[in-house]
Formats: sequence, structure tokens, C-alpha cells
Amino acid sequence: MTQSKISVKNLNMYYGDFHALKNVNLEVEANQVTALIGPSGCGKSTFLRVLNRMNDLIEGVKVEGSVLLDGCDIYRPEEDVVNLRKRIGMVFQRPNPFPMSVYDNIAYGPRIHGIKDKRKLDEIVEKSLRAAVIWDEVQDRLYKSAIGLSGGQQQRICIARLLAVEPEVLLMDEPTSALDPLATMKIEELIQALKKEYTIIIVTHNMQQAARVSDVTAFFLTGDLLEYGKTDTIFTKPTDKRTEDYITGRFG
Amino acid sequence: MNARLADKIATLTFWVGALIVILILGSMIAYLLYHGGKYISWDFLTKPAQAIRAGGGIGPQIFNSFYLLFLSMLITVPIGVLGGIYLAEYAGNNKLTEAIRLCIETLNSLPSIVVGLFGLLVFVNMTGWGYSLISGALALTVINLPLMVRFTEEAIRGVPASLREASLNLGANHWQTILRVVLPSAFPGLVSGAIITSGRVFGEAAALLFTAGMSSPALDFSQWNIFHPASPLNPFRPAETLAVHIWKVNTEGLIPDLRRVADGSAAVLILVVLGFNMAARWLGSKIHRRMTGT
Repeated sequence: MTQSKISVKNLNMYYGDFHALKNVNLEVEANQVTALIGPSGCGKSTFLRVLNRMNDLIEGVKVEGSVLLDGCDIYRPEEDVVNLRKRIGMVFQRPNPFPMSVYDNIAYGPRIHGIKDKRKLDEIVEKSLRAAVIWDEVQDRLYKSAIGLSGGQQQRICIARLLAVEPEVLLMDEPTSALDPLATMKIEELIQALKKEYTIIIVTHNMQQAARVSDVTAFFLTGDLLEYGKTDTIFTKPTDKRTEDYITGRFG
Repeated sequence: MNARLADKIATLTFWVGALIVILILGSMIAYLLYHGGKYISWDFLTKPAQAIRAGGGIGPQIFNSFYLLFLSMLITVPIGVLGGIYLAEYAGNNKLTEAIRLCIETLNSLPSIVVGLFGLLVFVNMTGWGYSLISGALALTVINLPLMVRFTEEAIRGVPASLREASLNLGANHWQTILRVVLPSAFPGLVSGAIITSGRVFGEAAALLFTAGMSSPALDFSQWNIFHPASPLNPFRPAETLAVHIWKVNTEGLIPDLRRVADGSAAVLILVVLGFNMAARWLGSKIHRRMTGT
């Protein structure tokens, strides 16, 4: 059996007294798209933030259990969190480009990690923008502010910005919920293209989206991981009645 | 009483309140400009003051005010910004932070004459510098610092959390995030904060009476050796500022054209402060637009 990219074992998480994630076990395979679905407040976004320790920034959060990335626990005390976030990056619900030029947005990460050579940076910027399928739209305005772009373009800039630091895992927290259908379609196509090189975990409220883009789907309910398996199976023959009710729109 | 009437009355009340404020402030500015404006001339702005005879100007006083402001901002801005960054980014919710905040609040409400007397004891006597620009600048720093810290903290807290998260998610550490994302985004706020603080200091007199002093040596504007006693840039010379000059002329002036000098100086002072505040708004929004590219 090959080793999973990410392996979550007996994970419990608390916000103060609130038990947000209850004994979650999940294996995420490399080069697959895993969709996390479930009603609001079920813990799917929280779970996503556990995976690159973004919850560290919030006071009163306690995590138990283990999260293995390539077999190595990211919650062990000597883990370098800064380096971890370089390996596992996140795309947020609302596009959040820096108030800088398109070029500086993409070059931000590489510069942070010590690349100064202008030609190398140019190369990375172009490659990342091409990979995020936004190059054609912005190549003439690389030195203008990224804030002037449309929401969908901004989101692809944010994805390009992430690709520029060459992460291994992309976490996407409802990346299309603030976008129109056309922009959503572009992002979904992009996700399909990116999974060849990256492991992708996406939180979504949109059932069709989960069905369209993911290989594996995990269904969360009030902090429990109720069911997970191949997306086809989950959507056609769910074993749990509650999964079926949610997917068919009976609640959520 | 129905809701619509109540809403109308509330609106009216707020309008009246705002109108009263504008009337009081507006009439004061108009009064000062009306009485002093006619005395402002190139000669008045550039010539040195006279002790006994008529016809003196306020040239050195204006220079002193600006130079003192520059010196004090040179000390205030770095310390204030560092303090503000600490409070916004690093300080936890604990007793130490509470104590620091209490100190800042207290410092902020300290009467400036008390700061002046403290300055006399510490910056003038203990250091042995005597009445000097540097003592005055330090006294002004005491007055300025709480404001600068608060402006900085507010500006930094105003930076959206999403930008911080984006930076951290690219593998940047806390310091890199502050330096490259947080501070640039907070920059317009920092600039307006610094300028507003400047305006407040420009009008300060009480803290300077006993620190920068009430006299100015004869200045030689061609003397660039900053250690020469007649050099305008020498930080260890006494320096009477515009605000102090107004106070002195009014209380112990011997010149026959006392009203002219006092009114003219007051008008110049209010114009400069007005200019500072408008510059703060203008520059703040201009930088904001440039940085966000909108």
C-alpha cells in the first residue's frame, strides 16, 4: 500500500469548550481532488485550516491527534510552521490579492524565499500565471495593481501567487463562492488541470461542484466525518441516510 | 410620537449640534485671519523679531518652529511606530499590555505645562544642555508619543486580516508579513497620523517655555557648521518658536507694534496648522489610491 499524502488520525479540535472536530480519520491521496462537503458550521473549513495550522493564529484552539504529511506529524513541537505553510498553501473564499501590481503579487512568495534574480523572477511569474490560466488576460498589465481586476481574475491571481512558491498541497476554502458562473467554470477547469501536479483539497457548498471536480468526497456533519469515499459512490450509493438527505437537498 | 417624527427631530438635533461646532470654530478662525491676515507680508515672514523697536518680523521663529518639529518627529516617529507595531502585533491580552495602555492614556492626558516643567528638570538641567532645541524636541516627544503610538496601532489594526493570512500562507514569517504587507497597507494611516501629530505640536507653547526657551540667538543662515552657536541648525542653541513668541509678545512684550506682531503671528500659526491637516488628508488619500491602484 502506498503512503497517503496526508493522513489524519484521531483528530479532535476544540475552540475553548466547543468541540469543533470529533475524532476525524481521513486519508488524502496525492494528485487527487478531495472535496469536503457538509452544511454550514459542520467543521469542514475548520478542518481545512487544521491542515496547515492556520488555526494557530486563533487563541484558545486545542488540537489532539495527528496529521501526517508524507508520514511526518505536522503538529510535532519541532515542526517549522512557516515552512509547512510553504508546502501547504490555501486559496481563500474571497480573493485577497495584495494591494500591489500583478507582478509583485506573484513574485511575493519567491522573493520571501530568497530569489532576487530578476530573470528568474520573470520566469516564475510567467510560469505561475500560465499555470493559473490568467497569463493571456494580464500579460499587458503586469505592472498595474491587481485590485483593478475582476473577482474571478483576482482569484486566479491568488492561485498563481500560491503556485509560485511551488507548494505540494493546495487547500481551497470555497474558492468560487464569491464568483459568477463563468469565473467558477474557469476555476473548476483550472482545478482539473492542477491535480496532475498538486494534491488538492477543496471545501464547497455546491454539490454539483463537488461532483464535477473531485475524485473523493468527505461529508462532515456537526464536527463528525460521517462518510468518505469515491465521489461517484458517495453521490450515487451513500451508505449513511444523512449523507443521502444532504446530497439530495433535504437539509443543509 | 410616531417613528417618522422622532427620526426628523433626531436628524435636526444632530444638524444643529454640528452647526454649533462649525460656527464656533469657523468664527475663531475667521476672527484670527481677519485681524492678523492684513499684517502678513514677505517682510513680516522673513525679518528677525525686534525687542524694543517697531517693525520686527517672525522669520527665525517660523524657522525654529519647523526645525523643532522636524527634530521631535525624528525621535517620535520611529519610537511611536515601533510601539504601535508592538501593541497591534505582538502584545498579548495580559497585565503588561494593560499597564502599557494605562501609561499611554495617562501620558496623553498630561497637561503640557507639566511636561514642560519635567523637561526643565530632566532635559534642561540634568543633562546640562540648558534651554535648547534638543531639550524642546524631547519635551515635544513626550507629548507626541502617545498619539503616534495610537495612530500607528489603529492604522495597523485597520489592515484586513485576509492580507495577513495570504502572506502567512505563502510561507512568510510574522516579521516578513509585517514589513512587506502590513506596513505598506498601513502607510497612508501612518502618514496622516504623523502629520496630524505635527500640527498639534506646532501650536504647542507651554511645554517649550522652559525647554527650548524664550529667546533666539542672532542666526546666521550662511553658517552650516551645526556646532557653531549662530548656526540655525545647531540643536544645542535656545530657540523661541512661533507659539512661544505669541505668548511672550502678549505677556511681556515691550514693542510698540505689539498687536500687529501678535495678531499676525497668530494668523500665520493657524494657517500652518490648517495646512498640516489638509495636507494630511490629501496625502493620505493620494498614497492610498496609488498603493491600491484604484
